[in-house]
Amino acid sequence: MTTILATDFWTSIMPNVVANKDVFIQSTWETIYMTLVSGIIAGILGIIIGIALVVTAPGGILANRTTYWILDKLVNIFRSIPFIILLAVIAPFTRLLVGTSIGTTAALVPLTIGTAPFYARQVQNALVDVDRGIIEAAEAVGASPMQIIFRVYLREALPDLIRTSVVTVISLIGLTAMAGAIGGGGLGNTAISIGYDRFENDITIMAMIIILAIVFIIQILGDLWARKTDHR
Amino acid sequence: MAANAPIIDLKGIDVTFKEADRTVRAVKNVDLEVAKGDIYGIVGYSGAGKSTLVRVINQLQRQTSGKVTVSGQNMGALKGKALRQARTKIGMIFQHFNLMNERTIGDNVMFPLLLGSKLSRHDKQAKVDELLDLVGLSEKKNDYPAQLSGGQKQRVAIARALANDPEILISDEATSALDPKTTSSILDLLKNLNEKLGLTVVLITHEMQAVKSICNKVAVMQSGEIVERGDLLTIFSKPTQQLTKEFIETSSQIDAALANVVAQPSIQHLQANERLVVLSYAGASTDDPLIAQLYEQFKVTPNILFGNVEILQNTPVGNLGLVLSGEGDAVDKALAYVKEQGVTVRQISVAEYQAELARKAAEADTNDEGEA
Ligand SMILES: Nc1ncnc2c1ncn2[C@@H]1O[C@H](COP(=O)(O)OP(=O)(O)OP(=O)(O)O)[C@@H](O)[C@H]1O
Ligand SMILES: [Mg+2]
Repeated sequence: MTTILATDFWTSIMPNVVANKDVFIQSTWETIYMTLVSGIIAGILGIIIGIALVVTAPGGILANRTTYWILDKLVNIFRSIPFIILLAVIAPFTRLLVGTSIGTTAALVPLTIGTAPFYARQVQNALVDVDRGIIEAAEAVGASPMQIIFRVYLREALPDLIRTSVVTVISLIGLTAMAGAIGGGGLGNTAISIGYDRFENDITIMAMIIILAIVFIIQILGDLWARKTDHR
Repeated sequence: MAANAPIIDLKGIDVTFKEADRTVRAVKNVDLEVAKGDIYGIVGYSGAGKSTLVRVINQLQRQTSGKVTVSGQNMGALKGKALRQARTKIGMIFQHFNLMNERTIGDNVMFPLLLGSKLSRHDKQAKVDELLDLVGLSEKKNDYPAQLSGGQKQRVAIARALANDPEILISDEATSALDPKTTSSILDLLKNLNEKLGLTVVLITHEMQAVKSICNKVAVMQSGEIVERGDLLTIFSKPTQQLTKEFIETSSQIDAALANVVAQPSIQHLQANERLVVLSYAGASTDDPLIAQLYEQFKVTPNILFGNVEILQNTPVGNLGLVLSGEGDAVDKALAYVKEQGVTVRQISVAEYQAELARKAAEADTNDEGEA
């Protein structure tokens, strides 16, 4: 036990990681920061757009052909742009918004724009699965559209929303690594600009292990939560 | 609203669905009046437009034309908040219950009270308890719908529909997914609510049995139109439309019994002075010793082949299949007398009836092939 925890053990198998300990701690926080902030903003946007898609769809509680058509097409277009290209294309916009196109804060803009449409579709799919009959029963007792959205749609779809949110956060972590690789900071940046570029393989592997650990923790907690809320 | 005005008054209702490739006129110029306290049955085959028609009552479906008046309010003119307020006075239950899966039974019943009821928190809880007690599900309050049987789910749905003390309850095929025993317990509950709370019920169904057990009035729908309507006894004892007769037959099985009878050799070779008849009667006429009279007055011998009696709204309604035999024109005289007593007489020519059966069977065959 003592040998495993001993510094010289780690120095022997991952010399560069130990030497760059502070870099790892910082880049882990950067990854968490990027995931959290862009996740929250994209989450809010995605939920709003997802709800709008469901209620304005033909036969929805606020059916509106034009709004639905526009939202549907926008989501499709943004979902079709490969993230790496999106990063480059919106760089000027990012600079306008946050003053720079490099660094973790700058990375939030493409991360949010890259994630929101994806999440909006997931939200839409979760909400569409709520039985039309349940919505109708709510209308029949005099519920307003807002009450139906908040008290029926979001409530009934909660387990599915948790599951899709987990999927979205995990794919968002993947995107943060990509954003990092082109100067956004975080574990992706560390893996590429130190590990890969300097042939310090242990750094790349450690970055991967930390990302996997974060993903597993989110997956497990999300599954538990979803299962706890699911009464179907 | 005038004291005796109908609580639901539909005038000239038309509903047309326009789709890209076709238009469907689901309801065609329907008038319907439901009086307070009625249990009004609406029967018809699938696609007849029953759901569309009743969804017009609470404006879940807007009519293409016509006027909907509920409790004196012109529903078509209501929008937004006013419409939602009016809807709280019209409860609705559905074939598939439509309970919220992620809420407990208690919270499902609570749901309508969360939408703007002025009751205090405590009073809402008390109301939920009272409703669950009414439908006999108090101990299930903290369970989820998935843990309940179909009949129990429908009881919860009924409790939810009653949360805002509606005057009207619309039941759209509410028992169609339930077994016969559960069906009759739900129907009993509806009848009970009708009597206890003065609830007006509109009951959509394709099962005549359901109509028979609790309705006082019935309308028969076909292709978007009401083809026949009236109070239950009249419809059952004197149906005029083919479709109505078909529905009644599904619950009385008279034609099935008749088909059985005409297949027997003794019936196929009736003597000249013998006659196969079906007597149908409702109410008072059954109090007289009619069958005894046939012999005493006319010396006509009745040979009973089959029969059934049902009690509809405390009135016996019966069908009796007989072979009558007598001298000379005794049978004719006897039948004339029977008609005078208000009994419907259906004389059956065995040969014609068999030909008819054969024709129907052939029709059914070609239909099956057409569908296959
Ligand atoms: N929203 C809709 N859009 C298009 N057509 C519809 C719609 N709702 C109903 N219809 C059509 O209207 C007709 C009547 O349907 P409706 O549901 O009222 O029949 P129903 O008598 O209730 O039948 P069931 O016993 O199967 O419930 C059908 O032809 C149906 O396809
Ligand atoms: Mg229907």
